[in-house]
Amino acid sequence: MSMNDKGWSRRQAVAAAGAALASPFLFNIARAETAKIKVGFPVPLTGPYGAEAQDQVRAAQVAIAEFNESGGLKGRQAELLVRDDKLKPGEAATRALELIEGDKVDFIVGSLSASVQLAVNNVTKARKVLYNSISQSDAINEAKEFSPYTFHEALNPHMTGGAVGRYAFSKFGKKVVFLTADYAYGYEMVRGFQAAGKPMGIQTLADIRHPLGTNDFSALLPRIEALKPDVLVISNFGRDQQISLKQATDFGLKKTMKIVAPVLLYTGRIAAGAQAFEGVVGGTSYYWGLEKTVASAKAFNDRFRKLHKGRVPSDYGSYAYGGVKTFLMAARQAGTTDAQAVIPAMEALKYDYYKGPEFYRKCDHQAVQSVFIIQSKTAPAGDPADVFDILATDAPDEANLRSCQELGFK
Amino acid sequence: MAGLTLQLLGLQLFTGVALGALYVLLAVGLSLIFGMLTVVNFAHGAFYMLGAYVGLWLLMHGVNFWVALALAPLAVGGFGLAIERTLIRPLYGRGLDYPLLLTFGLSYVIVELVRIWFGNTGYPVDTPDLLQGAVNIGVGYFPLYRLFVIAATAVILLALWLFLERTSFGLIVRAGARDPQIVRILGVNVARVWLIVFGLGAGLAGLAGVLAAPLQGVIPEMGDPILAEAFVVTVVGGMGSLMGAVVAGLLVGVVVSMTSLFAPEMSRVAIFALMAVVLLIRPQGFFGRAGLMS
Repeated sequence: MSMNDKGWSRRQAVAAAGAALASPFLFNIARAETAKIKVGFPVPLTGPYGAEAQDQVRAAQVAIAEFNESGGLKGRQAELLVRDDKLKPGEAATRALELIEGDKVDFIVGSLSASVQLAVNNVTKARKVLYNSISQSDAINEAKEFSPYTFHEALNPHMTGGAVGRYAFSKFGKKVVFLTADYAYGYEMVRGFQAAGKPMGIQTLADIRHPLGTNDFSALLPRIEALKPDVLVISNFGRDQQISLKQATDFGLKKTMKIVAPVLLYTGRIAAGAQAFEGVVGGTSYYWGLEKTVASAKAFNDRFRKLHKGRVPSDYGSYAYGGVKTFLMAARQAGTTDAQAVIPAMEALKYDYYKGPEFYRKCDHQAVQSVFIIQSKTAPAGDPADVFDILATDAPDEANLRSCQELGFK
Repeated sequence: MAGLTLQLLGLQLFTGVALGALYVLLAVGLSLIFGMLTVVNFAHGAFYMLGAYVGLWLLMHGVNFWVALALAPLAVGGFGLAIERTLIRPLYGRGLDYPLLLTFGLSYVIVELVRIWFGNTGYPVDTPDLLQGAVNIGVGYFPLYRLFVIAATAVILLALWLFLERTSFGLIVRAGARDPQIVRILGVNVARVWLIVFGLGAGLAGLAGVLAAPLQGVIPEMGDPILAEAFVVTVVGGMGSLMGAVVAGLLVGVVVSMTSLFAPEMSRVAIFALMAVVLLIRPQGFFGRAGLMS
């Protein structure tokens, strides 16, 4: 055996070369066994809904951590890939494509705003990747948007408007004025209210449409006052909601009518302050105060507090938790991340992860769930996060959704 | 339309006047700056927003509303002085485009700086305790704070009128708006006059911002829509005319308000339709001087 000066024998050199050549294959086999389960997460981190999106990231992280701590999927850990879709459909579609082709994600969960969800759904449909949409949309339930890979954890305007309508019209009166943002979300909310209100015999005195992004509602308020309704339904979102509630308060409308909103956002309430929202009744998918009566809410809140330094999750945040966790749990149930096995597992899932019992309806994969009727408190004395009272629960019921036929399914 | 009473029309008219008040404050500044300096100030919306944020900052640090109302416009006015002296003065004599582009770019810079300092999402601003609630003005309940805004604008306009009509500095400003070259030939330090006019215009915008803050809260983008409306007012009233700014401001406010009563979706379009009609019939605006842009 020859030995050169550096101390390498030829045999050792050949052995080393052989090991080096073989290693990619060894590496690949090892990687497959411990390959991460990738969850793509496109949300609008920049833009007007940045606050909601940030909370969704936090909640998704809780779901991922919980899954990994409890053993993952046969040892495989989950990983969250967060991307900024800037609230633009084109941008979101590009991010979704990158996640699928570049990062090879197993699931995609995300997107605020109906048009962005539909854009992402178009991509995931075509690429046959599972997608759980986590914000309100009526359109995503419809047959023309649907695919077996599409799931919708969030509420839709029909369910929300219906739940709040059923509560408000029976309690406060039947003469109604609608003040509605002039875009799809506004109309969908009103449709939900009307569907619930018609059998109750409500009288629509007016449906006033305001342009999106209105800064000053003062020109619309005198007419509303003159109409003297029992209930004023304000269907808008974000800053529009904050400003319209503030100005309605300024004009003294709360003295003569009950103001009702389809959705009251936790982040919106914190941003707008107590005065504007005081006494307003609305709906929500989740409020952290639920932990007093629902065990799964307490478990979720405690995990969230632990991971995020005492913060409590918001309503939109909880959607993200549910959206990610359902996919991971269904994958665990199916024993694989293969979409064809996960879909039936999702359809069979009966779960209570954070708010009470839920399940996915077969025809449109809409999560059938409760809607909580909440009222904003007067300025909280103690905990600054304690902003809502839960007045009632609209229990999960398929009858509260639009029927499969209505949505275009055979 | 069901329920259309004289009472409702009256209240709606009043709402229009309240809306118009803010437009007037902004348009006066814009008109002054254009009339005197021939500068189209695209940063005017940013000055408005800056006034609101300075007011917010003062309120956050425990200053009471009335003091903030006085200090914020002074701060923005001072900022305007600095801007004129350092950025705009070097561009005089180069035509309309340069200062226009500069102020346009400046507006982006100011908005971004505010975003960096205060964040994207904006803040609510509470109505001062003394001015909360609504009062019965005969035709219905109207927020006390909006009445205050109308009153404050009236007082400011009166002070401005007295300044322009009754002081020698005001005389120079009016003369300079008429014919800057002659004024310069007469030996007046026009540069100093322009400096002060710019500062005054900026200060008025800042004042409008502080007044607007309790109405709709503050967000970094709040200057954009109002700038467009302020330009409409200035064009309709006539660039360089103060009377025009006042009349057109109130008119635009009332147009928005009345359109909202019958066709709320058209309210934003209505003011641009108004501007188009005025430009077709009388291109210099109601009170403007013909040929000012040449």
